[in-house]
Amino acid sequence: MTRLASGGVIDRQRPLRFLFNGKRYQGYEGDTLASALVANDVLIVGRSFKYHRPRGLLTCGPEEPNGLVQLVSDGDQPNLRATEIPLREGLEARSVNCWPSARFDLRAINSVLAPLFPAGFYYKTFMAGKWDFYSRFIRQAAGLGHSPKERDQGRYERVNHHTDVLIVGAGPAGIQAAKVASGSGHDVMVLDMQESPGGHLLFHPRQIDGQAGSDWVSREVGELQDRDNVTWLQSTTATGYYDHNMVIAVEHKPAESWLKERLWHIRARKVIIATGAVERPLIFPGNDRPGVMLADAAARYIRRFAAVPGKKVLIYTNNSTPYAQLETFKTAGIEIQGILDLRKNPSEAELCLASKLEVPVSVDARITGVQGRSGIRGVTYQSGAGSKTVRCDLVCHSGGWNPLIHLYSHAGGRSRFEQASAAFIPGERAQAAYPVGSANGTFSLAEGLKEATDVANSLFGESAGNRASGTPNAPAAEDEVPYRIDQIWPEKGHKGKAFVDFQNDVTTADIALAVRENFQSIEHVKRYTTAGMAVDQGKIGNPNVIGLVSRELGEEQASVGTTTFRPPFAPVSFGAIGGSERGPLIIPARTTPITAWNIENGAAMDEAGANFRRPFFFPRPDETMEDAVAREATAVRTSCGIYDGTPLGTFELQGPDTGELLNRLYTNRFDNLPVGRGRFGLMLREDGRLFDDGVTFRVDPNRYLMSCGTGAAGAVYAHIDRLLQTEWTDLKVYLVNVSAAWATMCVCGPLARAVLGKLESDISLDPTFRFLDFRDGTLEGINVRVARVSYTGELSFEVNVARRSALKLWKILMEAGKEFGITPVGSETSGVLRIEKGFISPGHEGDNITNPFDAGMGWIVDMTKPDFIGKRSLLRDVKLGGERQHVVGLLPDDEQALVADGSALLPAQGSDSRSGFQGHVTAACFSPTLKRTIALALLKDGQKRHGERVVISGLENSCVATVTEPVFYDPKGERMRG
Amino acid sequence: MLEIPCPWCGLRNESEFVCAGEADRKRPPDPEAETDEAWADYLFNSTNPKGVVREWWWHVAGCTRWFQIDRDTVTHEIAPVKERSK
Repeated sequence: MTRLASGGVIDRQRPLRFLFNGKRYQGYEGDTLASALVANDVLIVGRSFKYHRPRGLLTCGPEEPNGLVQLVSDGDQPNLRATEIPLREGLEARSVNCWPSARFDLRAINSVLAPLFPAGFYYKTFMAGKWDFYSRFIRQAAGLGHSPKERDQGRYERVNHHTDVLIVGAGPAGIQAAKVASGSGHDVMVLDMQESPGGHLLFHPRQIDGQAGSDWVSREVGELQDRDNVTWLQSTTATGYYDHNMVIAVEHKPAESWLKERLWHIRARKVIIATGAVERPLIFPGNDRPGVMLADAAARYIRRFAAVPGKKVLIYTNNSTPYAQLETFKTAGIEIQGILDLRKNPSEAELCLASKLEVPVSVDARITGVQGRSGIRGVTYQSGAGSKTVRCDLVCHSGGWNPLIHLYSHAGGRSRFEQASAAFIPGERAQAAYPVGSANGTFSLAEGLKEATDVANSLFGESAGNRASGTPNAPAAEDEVPYRIDQIWPEKGHKGKAFVDFQNDVTTADIALAVRENFQSIEHVKRYTTAGMAVDQGKIGNPNVIGLVSRELGEEQASVGTTTFRPPFAPVSFGAIGGSERGPLIIPARTTPITAWNIENGAAMDEAGANFRRPFFFPRPDETMEDAVAREATAVRTSCGIYDGTPLGTFELQGPDTGELLNRLYTNRFDNLPVGRGRFGLMLREDGRLFDDGVTFRVDPNRYLMSCGTGAAGAVYAHIDRLLQTEWTDLKVYLVNVSAAWATMCVCGPLARAVLGKLESDISLDPTFRFLDFRDGTLEGINVRVARVSYTGELSFEVNVARRSALKLWKILMEAGKEFGITPVGSETSGVLRIEKGFISPGHEGDNITNPFDAGMGWIVDMTKPDFIGKRSLLRDVKLGGERQHVVGLLPDDEQALVADGSALLPAQGSDSRSGFQGHVTAACFSPTLKRTIALALLKDGQKRHGERVVISGLENSCVATVTEPVFYDPKGERMRG
Repeated sequence: MLEIPCPWCGLRNESEFVCAGEADRKRPPDPEAETDEAWADYLFNSTNPKGVVREWWWHVAGCTRWFQIDRDTVTHEIAPVKERSK
C-alpha cells in the first residue's frame, strides 16, 4: 500500500472495496480505478494487443492506452479506461485482452515470435481464400473486451441546446474565457471532462493573482456558476465538432439519479477550445514496461490522489517540464535517482531546480534498455562514450506536449507543425472555433490566461455595453520554468522494441519497415502499421509517428503533414447515441383506431409500409398460417370479409386547376370525371416507370380525394408537393394530406351488401349505387362516406369515417356481419386475393424497369394527352421497341408446388431457342379458390409467350409451369361490379 | 448537422428538411420537343460542382415549403436566395 498519509482530494474517511482481476483491493472516495491501483502497487493492468506484453498505466487521463478494462460491475462495459472510472464501493473490473490472466498470459508467446509479426503481417500472410479459416483464431486472440451479454439497464436521453458561446475545457484558460464572455452578457456554456474544474491546476500547485491556483479556481468558478447566463457541466466530454458549429457532448454523470448519460447537441455561435494538452511519450527500448510512466501522470497520481507509483524514480526527458515536478516527487518521499536529459544544454533555470533538490542531471543521455519484464529493476543508458546502469523501480519520461486539437480538426481546421514547441498546433481556421491556452500551443500559464482574455475580449468585449470598466485584464501568473524542448529521435536500427503506439503495438521498426516498403503518405503509413488507429486514436502517439516517418523519409516534420482527427474524441456509448430511442421507440409503429382490436383478436402482426404494423392473418387455435389464409380468402370469395384499410394514404386536392393537375400526374384523364364518381389512376415517375396507383374521387367540381399505397404515400405527397411548389406554380391547387384524419374499413364479399343492409342508414345500396360511385350519409347515426372500390375482386364497400368513430363502427359492422360469417382478413390474405385477380402492385411487379405497357396496363395510358409525368420517357420506350419483360401469369404443372417470390425463370428444355435468364417470379401463392399454386412474374417478351413453358428455378426446388394471362379469377370483373 | 435558413421559419436543423437537388434543373416546358439525349440529361445528370450550388430544400418537418439556397459544397457556407417561391 503506497498511499501518502496526507494530501490529495481523496476522502480517507470513506474507504471503498473493489475487485480487479478477481483480487480484492481497497481505495477511497475520490479515487479513480487507476489511482486506486497505483496506491495498491498493482503494476500490470493489461496486456498489449499484438504481443501480449504486460503493461502498466502510462497516463492519468482519457488518453490512457494500456489500462483498458471491462467494467463488470456496471453493465459489463468493455474497453473503458481505468483512468476515467470513478471508484465505487463493490466495483469489479477486469483487464481486457489477457488469457488466462494479466500476470500470466499464454499468448505472450507472440512476443517471442515477434520477428514473425512485422507491420502488415496479417496482410502478407493470411491471403485470399485462407482468411476465413485464419480469422477465427486471429479474432479470438486479438479481441479487446467482450460485448455485454445483458441488456443495458441504464436510461439515456438526448437534448438540444443553443448558446452564444461554448467553452470546452474548464482549465485556467477556459475559466478565464468564460469570465470575459459571460461578463459581456452572452449566454455561455462550459463543458469540462473532469469531475471538478481546474484542468491541470487540479494536479499542480500554481499561483494565480497572488493566491493558490485551486483557490482562484473555486472563487472564479463559484462566481461564474451563479450567473444566470452561464450553464456549467462537469464530467462532460465534447466528442465531436460538426458542421455549422454543432458540438456533441456526453454528460457522464447527470444529476438525475434515473439517468445514466445525457447526449448534448449544442449549437453555438462561437466555440472556444480550451482542451489543454497531453504529454507525449519518449521512444526508447522497453518504454512499454510496467513501471514506465509519463512524468506528468506520475505527478498527478501523487498530487491529486496521494498515490505513489514507485520508490526509486529515474526521470528521462527532452524538455523542461519534469524539472518543475522534482519537488512533487521529493515531497512524496520518492528517491530521485537522477535526470537523464536527451538535450545537450538544459537551461540555467532547469539545472537550478535540479541542484536545489540535489538531483544529478546527465545531459546528452539516452536510455538503451530497461531491465525487468513485469517490474523494473534498472535502466541502462548511454551518456557520452560510456554505458551505465542505474537501479530504479519507476521511469518517468516526458517527450513534450501534444495540444488537444481534435475538436479544431473535426471542425475542418488545419494543424501546423511549430518547430519551437515541437508540436502540431491549430493552423488555418474553419468555422467559428477559437483555441486558447495549451490547446493552442500556448503552454505557459501566464500567456495562456492572457490569450484566453484577449481572444474572449476580441470576440465579445465590444458588444458588452453593460460594463463601464473596459475590457477585463488577465490575472497574473508565473511559470516555474519556461517551456523548452529539443526533439531527439532514437538511433536508427537501435536494439530492442521501442513503442510509438502502445495500444496497437507499433514499434520504431514497424514504421521504418513501412517506409522501406514505400509507404510515404502519413495516411498510408498509419493504415499499414495501424499506428494511431486503436481505441485511443493516437492522442499521445501520433506526433511521434509523424516525426519518425519524416526522419525515415529525410523530410521536415512540417511537410509530412498530419493525419486527420475524426470524431469521436473519446468513445461514446451506444446508449447515449440512442438516447430514449430504443426498443419500440427506435421507429415507433403507427397505429390505426383498429390496431388494438386486431391485436386483441389474435392477429399475427406484420411490418407494413410507412411504419405501420398490420394484421398478417388471424389464426384460430390449432390453425397454421396456410389454414388461416385459406379460411379468410374463402370467406371473402363466398361470404364476407372485413379489413382495416386506414394505412392507405389519402390526399385532398382543392382548387380550380385540380383536374388539370391530376391529368398531368396520372396516365389517364381526371378532368372529365363526374362529381360523385371515382376512377382508378396510374401514376408514373418521370422516367416512365410504375410509381403508384389508387382511386381518386371527385367530391365537388373543384375538390378531389386521392388515395395511394401505404408505403408510397410519403413519396407521392413529396412528388405532388414538389411539382406544385417548384414546377407548376401557376396551377391553383391546394394539397392536404388527410391520411391521419380518416379511418377506412372495407367490407367485401358477395354478402357485403347484406351486412351493410342490416344497419340503419340513409344510404341506398340499390343497383344505382354503381361500382366506383361514392355516397355520403350515416350508418347507425355515424357520418360516413361509402365508396364502391374493390381491391379483392369482390363486391366491396369501403366505409370512410372520422377516426374517433372508427372503432365503434368497426364493432357495429362485426356484430351486423355475424350471421353472414363476416371474417377479419390480414394482409397475407389480401395478397392472395390480389394475385388471383392479377391486380398489379407497383411494389411487386414494378421493378424500376416495368412500364405500364409491360404490366398490361396500356388501357389506362392516354397518350393523346398533351403531357403527363412519364409520357416523354414512355415515348422513347415505344420508339426503341425491342425485347422487354412483361407481366404474365404462371401455372406450375405441380399444382401444390411451393414457389418463392424472386425465383428465376429459365427456358423449359427443348421448348424454344431461348437460353439464359428469362425473368423472375414477382408474387406467388397457393390459391384457396382455385386449389392450386399460381404466380405472377416478369418474363421476357411474356405477352407473346402465353401457352409456352418455362422452368421456375428456386433456391431449393424447381418446377415447370405454363405461361398464362396474368388473371386467374373472374377475368371480366363481373363479381366486383355486381 | 447543417443549419438551414428557411425563409419562413428561420434557421432550423437540417434534420427537418429534405434536400431536393439542384435548382437549376427546370422541367422542360415541352418534353416532347426534347431530344432523347437532352431528356436523359434532364432526368439523370446533375452538375455536382465543387463550390457554390443552388439547391431546392423542402421543409418537410416544418412549414412544408420548398425554397432555394446557395450552398458551398466545400465550406457548407449557405446563402439564402432572396426570392421566395410562391
